[in-house]
Amino acid sequence: MPRTGAQIIWECLVHQGVNTVFGYPGGAILPAYDAMLDYPIRHVLVRHEQGATHMADAYARASGGVGVAIATSGPGATNMVTGIATAMMDSSPLVCITGQVASKLIGYDAFQETDISGITLPITKHNYLVTRVEDIMPSIKEAFHLAKSGRPGPVLVDITKDAQQATIDWEWDPSPVKLRGYRPRMRASRDDLARAIALIRESKRPVILAGQGVIQSGAMDELRTFAEMVDVPVALTLLGLGGFPASHPLNLGMMGMHGEAWVNTAIQEADLLLAFGMRFDDRVTGNLATYAQQAKKIHVEIDPSEVNKNVKVDVPIIGDLRETLRELLDLLEPMDRESWNTYIRSMKGETAVRDIQRLPDNGHLYAAHVINDIWRITGGNALVVTDVGQHQMWEAQYYHHESPRSLITSGGLGTMGFAVPAAIGAKMARPEAEVWAIVGDGGFQMTQCELTTAAQEGIKIHIAIINNGYLGMVRQWQEFFYERRYAATPLRSPDFVKVAEAHGLTGFRVDRRSDVIDVVQRARASEGSVLIDFRVEQEDAVYPMVPAGADLHAMIRRPEPSVLVETATDPN
Amino acid sequence: MHHTLVALLEDRPGVLNRVTNLFRRRAFNIESLTVGRTSEPGVSRMTLVIDSDQASAERVTAYLYKLVNVIEVEDLGVVPAVSRDLALVKVAVTGHDRAALMRVVDETRAHVVDTGEQTITLEVAGEPGHVDSVIARLEPLGIIEMVRTGQVAMRRGDTALSAAQYT
Repeated sequence: MPRTGAQIIWECLVHQGVNTVFGYPGGAILPAYDAMLDYPIRHVLVRHEQGATHMADAYARASGGVGVAIATSGPGATNMVTGIATAMMDSSPLVCITGQVASKLIGYDAFQETDISGITLPITKHNYLVTRVEDIMPSIKEAFHLAKSGRPGPVLVDITKDAQQATIDWEWDPSPVKLRGYRPRMRASRDDLARAIALIRESKRPVILAGQGVIQSGAMDELRTFAEMVDVPVALTLLGLGGFPASHPLNLGMMGMHGEAWVNTAIQEADLLLAFGMRFDDRVTGNLATYAQQAKKIHVEIDPSEVNKNVKVDVPIIGDLRETLRELLDLLEPMDRESWNTYIRSMKGETAVRDIQRLPDNGHLYAAHVINDIWRITGGNALVVTDVGQHQMWEAQYYHHESPRSLITSGGLGTMGFAVPAAIGAKMARPEAEVWAIVGDGGFQMTQCELTTAAQEGIKIHIAIINNGYLGMVRQWQEFFYERRYAATPLRSPDFVKVAEAHGLTGFRVDRRSDVIDVVQRARASEGSVLIDFRVEQEDAVYPMVPAGADLHAMIRRPEPSVLVETATDPN
Repeated sequence: MHHTLVALLEDRPGVLNRVTNLFRRRAFNIESLTVGRTSEPGVSRMTLVIDSDQASAERVTAYLYKLVNVIEVEDLGVVPAVSRDLALVKVAVTGHDRAALMRVVDETRAHVVDTGEQTITLEVAGEPGHVDSVIARLEPLGIIEMVRTGQVAMRRGDTALSAAQYT
């Protein structure tokens, strides 16, 4: 049947199961937008193309599918760069479709021409420049295949305007994608599995390090069964949170720079690390020279380039984590490590929720209390999206995630401005979920324009601004490492309640502990999206903290008695 | 330490850019890089010499495999291989004994490929070490222009690197 390139784009998206896209129109993508009206697609009009990429990224992370973002050429495409890099660092399956100037104009610096395939080369899993209508279907099919298979990641398809406008006799090709240079290895070798089994049996003090690979391979049940079978405690990366139930007796919590002391101590004292779908990021290891020196390491990973990259491992297992765990479970017998787990419990007992308990409950507002209260009120069942900074670490410490895809955060790239658009994307993917964006006053202002997007779409998200009047995490580093010289971190903000109201949301302000629960309940009961401006202590810090590059066991602990100068409005 | 890798690439626009971008992005130093056709349609072959140890060569190999247009990679640092390099060297013939230059030509299997009024251009081909040594002998005579192709290499024996199994 005759189809224009523009129609073929939508035909392909519909065949891929896409029903929601996030985008912003413009000259070079106009043919595609014109054709869109004839297809069963919900288009979310963003206010900035960065927002479209974060929404599509979070849509993918919340749903387990692929997110789609659309933009025009030139500035539309370059505005996507931050979101694409965010998805790349966090292995999120994102397909970006951009319009490009007509093929005969490429290379002539035409209006709104930019080399977006060149620009995004190092921040995409793969990308395409499509100049012929015949190539649109293969490129989009390959893009979806690449985005979601193996180690997921973003793929960009740049399509010239003339390719969108041209007409060909077209029909859907249902054959599977075959790429001779792309053959992700899914099954581990027998030898590697046998070597891993031997190390697991020998080990007295093993720790599982579980990353986002657990969630992406759908290995939550297998991980839980495995941990219980071999009686090994589980530490999680930031992106792994939710991959193992927080309430499980074997759960240690988040590891690394802001991991609790018992977690990092257990890792440093371990004789075996079982790294499952994680990549030994520097925020997780601290100083590599002193990292888990006594431990043998087994690394199960889908991406061979991650093995032996940061940490030299004894048994690398390349393959899908879920399949690998199933094969290991077939070869293992129940084990008991009572003394090791008792030892860890004793460390935990002495320090668990230590920090939150020691914060004075004097009516003043601490971020940890706010987040912990939100956790309690939502029963731990909210889908939480965070921005980047102190609030992100407090969320990881004080909101306890029981299920996968219940926390969406920018881990690898650390992209401020992620939370508000990502919360919108997550809500689109899971309309039934109670979505909370927890965001700092700095990051919120980077993408607050997307509040109107939420209002226009008529969706309900909850936004909790942890407002401390500073770029808090940078201020914390200045406090610890730059003699409290607060260069460019004090931050003036607009009246967030008025901002909320101006954008068609309901706004609340909270500045004392006793109001948190009441306001959160009112926010949950409100119609439409809501924003709560939590005026928290200005100079609170995230503890414990392993300074960048320091030994993992060399943590800065909360000073005692607290040296915190309380700054929140006096409740009386 | 020099390390030689061979990769089969899909012969498409922009593929070489993807490969070189990888080296820039991951901060690996390329000693030489050559790309040319193979006997298989749509498949080009790259020989890459990098200054790295075995661990880095393994990382490069893994990163190359991540490129969707890279079909196969072979590490010739760990198997017996033949490699060849070719240089064109323009040497001044004024101000020294022309016979000295011809002695180098005779003794090193270099060929005279062009003669000018004041220069002779030689072709030197062979193992990269051989080319190095000929160039070292020519240097005192006054090299005024030189170009090297960079290495091409192939595994010894009956094993062949081919993309055929993946088509």
